[in-house]
Amino acid sequence: MEETLNSTATLQAGVAPEAGQPGAAPESEAPYLIEVPDPIIAIKDFNLFYGHKQALHNITVSIPRKTVTAFIGPSGCGKSTLLRSLNRMNDLVDSVTAQGSLTLDGMEINSGAVDVIELRRRVGMVFQSYNPFPKSIYENVVYGLRIAGVRERRLLHEAAERSLRGAALWDEVKDRLNDPALGLSGGQMQRLCIARAIAVNPEVILMDEPCSALDPIATARIEDLIFELQNDYTVIIVTHNMQQAARVSKYTAFLYLGELIEFNETDITFTHPERRKTQDYITGRFG
Amino acid sequence: MSNARSARMSLKQGEVYVWISGAAVTLTLLIAATLIVVVLVNGLGFYWPKDLVTVTLADGTRLLGEVLEHEPIPERGATRSLYKVGNRDLYGADFRWVDDADVRARERAPEAVALERAEFGNFYGFLAELRLAGLDAPPAADPWQRLEWARREVARRHEAIAQAQAALSVVNRRMQSLAGRIQTLRYQGAADDDALLAELEAQRASALAEFDRQNRPLLEQVATLRAHAVLLRDVAGTEQAVPLLDIVRAWRPNRMGLWAKAGFYAGKLGELFTGEPRESNTEGGLFPAIFGTVLLVIIMSLFSVPMGVVAAIYLHEYAREGWLVRVVRIAMYNLAGVPSIVFGIFGLGFFVYGVGAGVDALFFAERLPTPTFGTGGILWASLTLALLTVPVVVVATEEGLSSVPRGMREASLALGSTQLQTLLRVVMPMAAPGVVTGFILAMARAAGEVAPLMITGVVKLAPTLPIDGEFPFVHLDRKFMHLGFHIYDVGFQSPNVEAAKPMVYMTTLLLVLIVLILSIVGVYLRNSMRKRFQGAAF
Repeated sequence: MEETLNSTATLQAGVAPEAGQPGAAPESEAPYLIEVPDPIIAIKDFNLFYGHKQALHNITVSIPRKTVTAFIGPSGCGKSTLLRSLNRMNDLVDSVTAQGSLTLDGMEINSGAVDVIELRRRVGMVFQSYNPFPKSIYENVVYGLRIAGVRERRLLHEAAERSLRGAALWDEVKDRLNDPALGLSGGQMQRLCIARAIAVNPEVILMDEPCSALDPIATARIEDLIFELQNDYTVIIVTHNMQQAARVSKYTAFLYLGELIEFNETDITFTHPERRKTQDYITGRFG
Repeated sequence: MSNARSARMSLKQGEVYVWISGAAVTLTLLIAATLIVVVLVNGLGFYWPKDLVTVTLADGTRLLGEVLEHEPIPERGATRSLYKVGNRDLYGADFRWVDDADVRARERAPEAVALERAEFGNFYGFLAELRLAGLDAPPAADPWQRLEWARREVARRHEAIAQAQAALSVVNRRMQSLAGRIQTLRYQGAADDDALLAELEAQRASALAEFDRQNRPLLEQVATLRAHAVLLRDVAGTEQAVPLLDIVRAWRPNRMGLWAKAGFYAGKLGELFTGEPRESNTEGGLFPAIFGTVLLVIIMSLFSVPMGVVAAIYLHEYAREGWLVRVVRIAMYNLAGVPSIVFGIFGLGFFVYGVGAGVDALFFAERLPTPTFGTGGILWASLTLALLTVPVVVVATEEGLSSVPRGMREASLALGSTQLQTLLRVVMPMAAPGVVTGFILAMARAAGEVAPLMITGVVKLAPTLPIDGEFPFVHLDRKFMHLGFHIYDVGFQSPNVEAAKPMVYMTTLLLVLIVLILSIVGVYLRNSMRKRFQGAAF
């Protein structure tokens, strides 16, 4: 299934000559958007370019607070790029330029006045491949606090326990906090990365295909965890896996070739999609 | 036909190339192993005490000495042997080639005695008489035991004198400091009738008199000690007196058992590692050269590793990839290929004549025109080598930095760390094995370099070490000895080539050993670091 999607996406990109031109929309139909109550992130007319190649076209969407929102779409549709724009991880890539507005609680994310360090503390991130540091489990969890200058042992201990409990890892590692993190299993390492992200008390957690490197059992545990996390955090998850999006998210945004096609409640997106492309994608074919 | 086909087949399947590459590896290993074995056999075998033999030649001459080697004389189909006959003061040369056809008789000489002397090399002969001026008669009757006893007695007394002389160094130091102050005063333009100057001159004169007064009796005592001598007779019957004080070692190889020989061997090796060189470096120890080599490499690393690591971090982490960075990198790779003598000349021009002369003019002006830092020294030699090895460190460190997965940097940055925090807490620890690799390569390269040192501070014989008990303890302006230069000097500049041969082998062996030890330590360090990060790469 993954294969089919990929090849279809490439094919589509190949026959869409307008894709390379800034601002030009390959599809005239306007995106279907719903308004959400109490949005924490508001994206408006957002365009992003890698050099001269435009990766995101006029994205406009609002992300609700303390819920799970999923970004779905075929490979190369720009969902990861959009996600990484939210904590300015794209700054690390040379030749990226962005236009339009991204706001976090009204604060313009791409403004030069924003302290990117502070922003990343508020918007944490979990990556596709689990990437704990080659340190002990404990040091991994408290890393964010240590670099923020927290030295008090009691605070560090409390944060470590709270985060590990929050990531449903505490019972498995509480007796070996000083063991190397790289000795854990894949699923445990990914949960450790989640614990590491929530240790600094972020408002938003970005997850970039957090389960793609995991087996089904580990995936199920992470999904349960993501579902739990929305009690305290706003979670945005990028996924290839539509069942996963259906299971964990309350809202779903479907992106296709750098455009937002549809944003709606997940139940509705998956049962009664408003746009033809969405329907084609979730049923596994493209018209 | 079928052979041709199978040959074609094996060519196609690449089996031939496996064989060719295997042969290349074997050849390389063989060359390295041969080199090491040649050095080991020639170096380590030499100090084992060999039997002394008396040889009677056809013309009636008799020789006493050690057989060192045999070799064929190609044009005559005969063989000849090399004898070490010693007694350079009697015969002029202490080695002699003898045609084996001329030898009438060859026998072991059980009573033969070998002496290693502080001057004129070994003496081979027979004990004749002990001449002890004013020493109590030795308690033993056996002449050998009497000699041993007398040597111990003389050594004991000499030790006492040496201690008294060492105590005199206090006076000596006062004299030196007075001389320094006088020099400074004169430099500052004090007139000859200056009161302070006159006072200092008077103090120096009195210190000198004090030194002389205390030193003269000691010198007389040494002269008395030198009167104790042993009279030996060589194989031809010529008598020769050797002061006991000049005897470094005395042994009777033909009467020694295995353990005695092993003890002798250990003693020689010990002297090699800890002793000072004698007889224009062909005898004695290598300690100053070992010390100089190791210190040189350490000081070199102190400069080259930090410089290289910081440069690599800038190039890899901060500089934006562009034509300028590419030019810098290419220039650096080329720097690694510049002949080392060019670095030496640069070091001489820039460090010694440029920086060194400047330092002298600023801080040691009163000593001019005698240069302090304005002449070759261990600091300038180390800096020259540091320039030479920086590219190696940069390349290895950059490789280490590239091996850190992008996910690690992103994870750290996404947690709100700055680029510097990421670098220090995540990237550098993971790149450390690369840094250590650069460190090892730099050390190996530096320890083996000779050419740049020859013009930036290495000497044949350094009277003092760069680190000693004299204030300020570390003397980076001093000239130093180096194993690599020692090989060149002893092997090719020595008047007595045969006598120098074993020393050349031993020096080579030591140099190889030092590089090997440094490398093993480095590799061990790197592997233990890697183990900590295993599984971190994906």
